[in-house]
Amino acid sequence: MRQLSDIASVIRSKNAGPYALTFDILFKTQADFERAVGRALINPDLIARLYGLSPQDVLSIIAFPPAHAIKATIRRPLPSGAVGDTDIYGAQQHAPLLSLPLDPDWP
Amino acid sequence: MADLPPFRVLSPTAILGYGFPSASFEAGLAMKPDVIAVDAGSTDPGPFYLGAGLSFTDRSAVKRDLRHILTAGRARDIPVLIGSAGGAGARPHLDWCTQIIREIAAEEKLTGALAVIGADMDKALLSQALAAGQITALPPGPEAQADLIDSSSHIVAQMGEAPLIAALDAGARVIVAGRCYDPSVFAAEPIRRGYPPGLALHMGKILECAAIAAQPGSGSDCMIGTLDAEGFTVEPTAPERACTVASVAAHTLYEKSDPFHLPGPGGALDLTATQFEQRGARKVRVTGTTFIPAQEHIVKLEGARRTGFRTVSIAGARSPDFIAGLDDILQGVRDRVADNFADMQDGAAQLLFKVYGRDAVMGALEPLRHQPAHEVGIVIEAVAPSQDQADTICGFARATLLHFGYPGRVSTAGNLAFPYSPSDFKAGAVYEFSLYHLLHGADPATLFPLEMSRLEAPA
Repeated sequence: MRQLSDIASVIRSKNAGPYALTFDILFKTQADFERAVGRALINPDLIARLYGLSPQDVLSIIAFPPAHAIKATIRRPLPSGAVGDTDIYGAQQHAPLLSLPLDPDWP
Repeated sequence: MADLPPFRVLSPTAILGYGFPSASFEAGLAMKPDVIAVDAGSTDPGPFYLGAGLSFTDRSAVKRDLRHILTAGRARDIPVLIGSAGGAGARPHLDWCTQIIREIAAEEKLTGALAVIGADMDKALLSQALAAGQITALPPGPEAQADLIDSSSHIVAQMGEAPLIAALDAGARVIVAGRCYDPSVFAAEPIRRGYPPGLALHMGKILECAAIAAQPGSGSDCMIGTLDAEGFTVEPTAPERACTVASVAAHTLYEKSDPFHLPGPGGALDLTATQFEQRGARKVRVTGTTFIPAQEHIVKLEGARRTGFRTVSIAGARSPDFIAGLDDILQGVRDRVADNFADMQDGAAQLLFKVYGRDAVMGALEPLRHQPAHEVGIVIEAVAPSQDQADTICGFARATLLHFGYPGRVSTAGNLAFPYSPSDFKAGAVYEFSLYHLLHGADPATLFPLEMSRLEAPA
């Protein structure tokens, strides 16, 4: 089964301020980017399911055509650096996106 | 605006102290920059550095970078701007960086006007502003609280380009500024000279991370931006790197929740009409970014407060039955520690376990928690009102876990492999962000005091 990492050149996470975590997915081709936007491949329900969140903790999903990118932003489980935080920079929260399966009819 | 000649800004490194190859810096200087600017800061490393008043970069590394930058800037008599000095940009950080600059000035016999711009906020002023409804949350962050302001050890505001322009107008050739909105140090001199603020600030936004926006990316290599009235180009100075539309556009997304609207002091960058265009193999041209001035002046506040002291112990485990039963075992240890120490029962102290190989990296976000690896690393962590209390709880928890008897235990000599003796480490004071909010309506001319002196003055 093909997965998101097959069609993306970058899949990353990072803090967007101490209270939010933002994911960037940069697609290798304009065609796959447009297909992903058209099919709403990255959507709030998906992000909530992958990360065990409630949908209201998915703050936004934004497409950025100049970078062939889709960005998803979630509420951090704990603020950066709070006691119990696990990733101060938020740079290692991307992995569940890597193996996201693509639809069987994805060209 | 046709009379605006190309204006070049050299960014040597992503963070002052991260370094840059000498050859790259020389190549950048050969392109005749009009300004050298560097961003020294970030909240990325967490609340500790702001709260404790310490730099997250190494003094010798910062001094090495500054020596190259200052001697080059003074030799050419071009402005040198350093933003978010010392990392977090509060007074101790600013003094630390200024002291390094004075040492270099004495050693290299540098002369010229030096501006030092503070970014510390007065707690009394902030308490009044809070009461007047002038401090607002940055969603999803919480509302500000008076007691968190009062108990903060340092509070700074991010300055825009205005205080830097005031320093340049006063004749400063070297500016060391406290906490800055990252693009400000790159955009101040071009905005002062009449270049479009939207383009100057967007160029600054790319330059602030130096060659991270190139391919291959690097946080310790140089980038140069060339600005005119219609747009700007960016290129790395090292020949083995290139800017591509993908690398530059991707950087616009970095650490931001909305890449089209980037708010800063005094207004927001609007990227809805921005075009990225490849120029040759190694340059990217950017046009169309505009600046939308805000109705009122808004600055972002950052504060940190101490919440306790931490002690950690690091251990590993390889027994399959121990790893399989870990949740129950750790709960058993928690119960023993809570039973033994009253400060655990009243919530003053906390005991935490991070299980690497299972869910220590992602915590509550980890979907594969049920598939632990064949070995796990366990960080036992105690946070308590004093270092002694943290030491006590961590040590007791470590000893309890080492010898904890669980059903079916075969390996009865000890449950943990310690890589170090001593096994426990005092991690010192623990801080949290106490403020990450917006301050409305404050006058930027009075928030950020300017002190002028001379590089050649005695320290």
